[in-house]
Amino acid sequence: MITSTGWIIITGILVAVSCALVGTFLVLRKMSLMGDAISHAVLPGIVIAFLLTAGRNTFPMLIGAGIFGLFTVWLTEELSKKGRIFHDASMGIVFTTLFAIGVILISLFAGNVDIDQECVLYGEIAYVPWDLWIWQGTNMGPRPVWILGMVLIINITFITSMYKELKTYSFSPQLATTLGLPVTLIHYGLMGTVSFTTIASFESVGAILVVALLIVPPATAYLLTDRLHRLLLLSAFFGITSAIGGYYLAWWINSSIAGAIAVLTGIQFALVFLLSPKYGLLGRKFRGQVRYKSAEDTILQKETTFM
Amino acid sequence: MDNVDQKQAALTGKGRPAVPASSHNPPIEVHDLTVAYDQKPVLWDIDFELPGGSLTAIVGPNGAGKSTLVKAIMGLIPSSSGYTLINGKPLDKQRKNVAYVPQRESVDWDFPISVMDVVLMGRYPHLRLFQRPSRHDREVTMNALREMGMDEYHKRQISQLSGGQQQRVFLARALAQDASIYIMDEPLAGVDAATEDVIFQKMKELQSQNKTVVVVHHDLQSVPDNFNWVMLLNLRMIACGPVSSTFTDENLQKTYGGRLNILSQMIEQSRKQRFVRESDA
Repeated sequence: MITSTGWIIITGILVAVSCALVGTFLVLRKMSLMGDAISHAVLPGIVIAFLLTAGRNTFPMLIGAGIFGLFTVWLTEELSKKGRIFHDASMGIVFTTLFAIGVILISLFAGNVDIDQECVLYGEIAYVPWDLWIWQGTNMGPRPVWILGMVLIINITFITSMYKELKTYSFSPQLATTLGLPVTLIHYGLMGTVSFTTIASFESVGAILVVALLIVPPATAYLLTDRLHRLLLLSAFFGITSAIGGYYLAWWINSSIAGAIAVLTGIQFALVFLLSPKYGLLGRKFRGQVRYKSAEDTILQKETTFM
Repeated sequence: MDNVDQKQAALTGKGRPAVPASSHNPPIEVHDLTVAYDQKPVLWDIDFELPGGSLTAIVGPNGAGKSTLVKAIMGLIPSSSGYTLINGKPLDKQRKNVAYVPQRESVDWDFPISVMDVVLMGRYPHLRLFQRPSRHDREVTMNALREMGMDEYHKRQISQLSGGQQQRVFLARALAQDASIYIMDEPLAGVDAATEDVIFQKMKELQSQNKTVVVVHHDLQSVPDNFNWVMLLNLRMIACGPVSSTFTDENLQKTYGGRLNILSQMIEQSRKQRFVRESDA
């Protein structure tokens, strides 16, 4: 039998690996904060599904949240394309508005339903072992583990089957278009998996900390390798180490597990940032290679960013 | 160059066919193309055809819309009106046959990818969704790298290359695609002299294989020696045709306006300077 400690750690690992895999492409596409936006904007979707089905049925919630996730991506792009608004500003407008609608919905119906705002924001991975899935009288183990396991399988299938498309698209959407690759499918496929991953991770680590797991492990791995497949594996590895380490850190200092996991991703990043042989600060300083991106570089990059 | 003379007869100064193309569709035809950013037209009513086997330079002053034109042809930016046909068909059915070399700054060179992987992307139009590159695709890729003198760098991460080497990698990617039309946006911007020679030579080689090559170009001096077709652009199309009859002082005056005096002197001198450059090398 797996102990409750075991279930918590398994959940943490599933969340961390799912997030690290899709997060890698967000980081490479320079859309890191899209994960942040999606994780907040799905709130009204969850609440609406909750109210419609009058219960904590996971599938309607996943679907409701998935719809709002893609809606956020679409609306952000339409606003910045059609209106005179920069992409990041447009994202800020869309996700805060949707999140606020979710908050209002919760407070309006808080009497009837039990969605805990704290839980939405910070999650509570420690409750996972008691959230059991009873199927035809049999105890199948914790429900989040099944859902997260499914999401991880979806993510791995998506990335391995569309690997060359995802690679080309994240390298240059423009190039992917001229090569005749299905750019829209790739884009919304990626955003769809980000939405699902975020939502499934939500209950365990909450809307804010999921962003740490989406972005920090890939950013850490990015400092260590310059091959995409190694980047994906290393991101997953850093996700796993922070999930396991986070649990024991929380146990040691008697604090929130999700918080400890996120803190560990940060510590790992800081260490790698300093010590990475190739791209670490110390290594480069030693070789006299530290160079800061000039304003010109940044502007060029902005101008040539496509979509 | 019989081929060119024929086309010259078939096309009048503005690039409209005097004889309608019947059995053979031109590789690239653009009709009434207008592109606008925020209601402000940046390309106005562009209309031309390029003959098969032509090597065309698109020239014009800064901001003339040269890059915009090739991006609009490649479907990368929406056009307000007009349309483009590739081999007589819409672009989406012809992507495989058109290799596009974007400006070097348009991609993220820090991306975690090797030279080999970038060039391998040229094979993707030949593969189905989900399909992985085969051994044959890898061989074609290595050959393309060899043709550009970049085979020994195939394992390098792409940021560890000089500007000229990066441009060669981009060209190798286009070669790996094995297309019939090559569209290049400023392939010679900021490259070293050796790379410039390699690229010019490769363009001529493609042309000799009866492929159609279109190059956004900024150096007027090198037009007469390296291209047989030229398009002069400044928001509108000033002229498009064989270099011998189109690359004239009068057309350049129309394209560049007051700055021409200096420019025409430069062109006058270009042949003399060529000797100097060659003795340098």
